[in-house]
Amino acid sequence: MSQVYVVLEERDGRVSRASWEALAAGQKLASQSSGTVTAIVVGGSTESIASEAAQRGAAKVIRVEHPLLAHYTSDGYTLALQQLIEREKPAFVAFPHTYQVRDFAPALAARLNEVLISDVVAIADGPVFTRQLLQGRLAGNYRHQGSGPCLISVQAGAFRAEEAPASASAEITPFAPQIDAAQIRTKPGEPFRGTAQTVDLGSAPLIVSVGRGIKEADNLPVVQELAAALGAELAASRPICDNGWLPMERQVGSSGQTVSPKLYLAVGISGAIQHLVGMKGSQCIVAINKDPDAPIFEVADYGIVGDLFEVVPALTEALKAAKG
Amino acid sequence: MKIIVAIKQVPERDAQVRIDSSGKWIEESEVQYAMNESDAYALEEALQLKEKHSGEVVVVSAGPERVGTTIREALAKGADRAIHIDCSDLAQRDALGSARLLAEAIRGENADLVLTGLQSDDLGYGQTGVILAELLGVPHATLILHVEKTDAGLKVKRELEAGWFQEIELPLPAALTIQSGGNKLRYATLMGIKKAKTKEMRVVSAADLGAAATPVATLQSIELPKKQRSTQIIEGDAKAAAATLVEKLKFEVRVL
Ligand SMILES: Cc1cc2nc3c(=O)[nH]c(=O)nc-3n(C[C@H](O)[C@H](O)[C@H](O)COP(=O)(O)OP(=O)(O)OC[C@H]3O[C@@H](n4cnc5c(N)ncnc54)[C@H](O)[C@@H]3O)c2cc1C
Ligand SMILES: Nc1ncnc2c1ncn2[C@@H]1O[C@H](COP(=O)(O)O)[C@@H](O)[C@H]1O
Repeated sequence: MSQVYVVLEERDGRVSRASWEALAAGQKLASQSSGTVTAIVVGGSTESIASEAAQRGAAKVIRVEHPLLAHYTSDGYTLALQQLIEREKPAFVAFPHTYQVRDFAPALAARLNEVLISDVVAIADGPVFTRQLLQGRLAGNYRHQGSGPCLISVQAGAFRAEEAPASASAEITPFAPQIDAAQIRTKPGEPFRGTAQTVDLGSAPLIVSVGRGIKEADNLPVVQELAAALGAELAASRPICDNGWLPMERQVGSSGQTVSPKLYLAVGISGAIQHLVGMKGSQCIVAINKDPDAPIFEVADYGIVGDLFEVVPALTEALKAAKG
Repeated sequence: MKIIVAIKQVPERDAQVRIDSSGKWIEESEVQYAMNESDAYALEEALQLKEKHSGEVVVVSAGPERVGTTIREALAKGADRAIHIDCSDLAQRDALGSARLLAEAIRGENADLVLTGLQSDDLGYGQTGVILAELLGVPHATLILHVEKTDAGLKVKRELEAGWFQEIELPLPAALTIQSGGNKLRYATLMGIKKAKTKEMRVVSAADLGAAATPVATLQSIELPKKQRSTQIIEGDAKAAAATLVEKLKFEVRVL
């Protein structure tokens, strides 16, 4: 019987959605090996998220608690979880693939002489873990061959949080790691927001979003005219904002805004996961892309495969004509 | 300040990729290669730090012979010298395996700062920089947009999710993984390209570094993603497709 640990993350005082998805992945691993799932919560005081976790799916909850874990640091989390894993020797440890997990889980794995199988999108019998390659254009199937625990992180949206059944209240046990203040080498500051937002893409009903397919800043009027003809807000993928062609507040994705308009028209955007998480919830997605295999077509309701420099001006004209 | 930048050569974004006969990697001879995007930003950050605080920028890259062109590009932009780890089995190494190669190649340099990109565009582990820090025994910070040198070490700006940021202080030596967009990238000048030809590029073989390739996580096979799409692809030339789409937006999506 194998033990599956799922390390939960907190957001605004609650267990994050991505963590429930990781728990669903953990359930899947447990069902393959007739194992049990233990939820791990880490922090300075973990009582409330531990009890939240206990009510939902996990057979057991372990509270990894220490004053030095009150603020996240890679060193603190790595030390604490290393001690827990070395003592309990779980077969699997699953994490949500968040920015925080990206920050410490690879170091934790290396310390255990293991490697994190990161950003997993599917788990088949074996277990065989599928992860995206080349920004979603290919998929790779991985197996764990280490002698220690198998560590994985789970891509946002790949497993359904609802799959985790509610259980009767689980057993909650504490774990007190030994951490010395001198072992924490970094000093984290308080999170802060970027510059004040002047556009609220979150409430825009119609969005035209532009990606690197536009090639140059000088070509932006092509999509600006489309947005104007449609009465839509203009948004962009990261590289457009990185290049300074549009302000960062128009960036959609994991590090930008999350939008859910009635219509999201993606022009020259490939559909990398970090972009998709910001717009997957749109009611209707239309993609214009010259590559028929672009991952954006995985989420699009309508697609036009073609050169945006031909399709977009034609669309602008047709819209103007339709609107009279 | 002595700064090491790990730069990976990856298939160009628009490259059409085909699975090779082994079913484990892509047909390499058919694609064009370029510098990994976040690595270009890591290089830029290193060059700007050097301009402010003087020192040396050393590029390290693991890969087959072709990565020489990407290394030359980094030298042309202003890096001082380079280490090329000659190895042609990157896809069969896991993140720990390639981080070990990089760690062994740079350990003796005793650099103040090691910069990597935050994620490679091909294998996309998003881990090599963090493991490298662990193997070198230095503190790290990830998803960094801005680096400032202070008396005590560094103050860096880290990107968090959904438009949030955080400042982190850490002592040197340290390792950082750099996120794109923190700086504006420079172009190589003609002068730089000329100079690059005379700069040192030391080649070491993976075997010399003694970092075994035995992976913990093995890539068994690659395949096209399983399609779940229900996309209606609108056919026709640009004009016809545009007209059809407008009809759909009007009568099916009802947004016009
Ligand atoms: C931690 C992290 C956070 C990130 N956060 C974000 C984020 O918040 N938002 C975000 O967007 N990205 C984010 N990214 C980056 C993301 O991974 C992708 O690199 C990015 O979304 C790619 O942008 P793109 O689709 O515009 O460019 P590309 O991937 O280069 O795609 C360009 C597309 O245009 C098409 N095209 C080219 N020419 C034409 C033409 N003439 N006509 C039609 N189509 C054409 C191509 O076929 C291609 O599909 C993040 C990455 C990481 C690692
Ligand atoms: N073969 C390599 N040569 C040089 N640097 C690399 C190599 N592989 C990974 N890196 C560095 O590690 C970063 C993260 O890669 P990855 O962990 O594969 O996502 C990249 O952006 C590079 O800076």
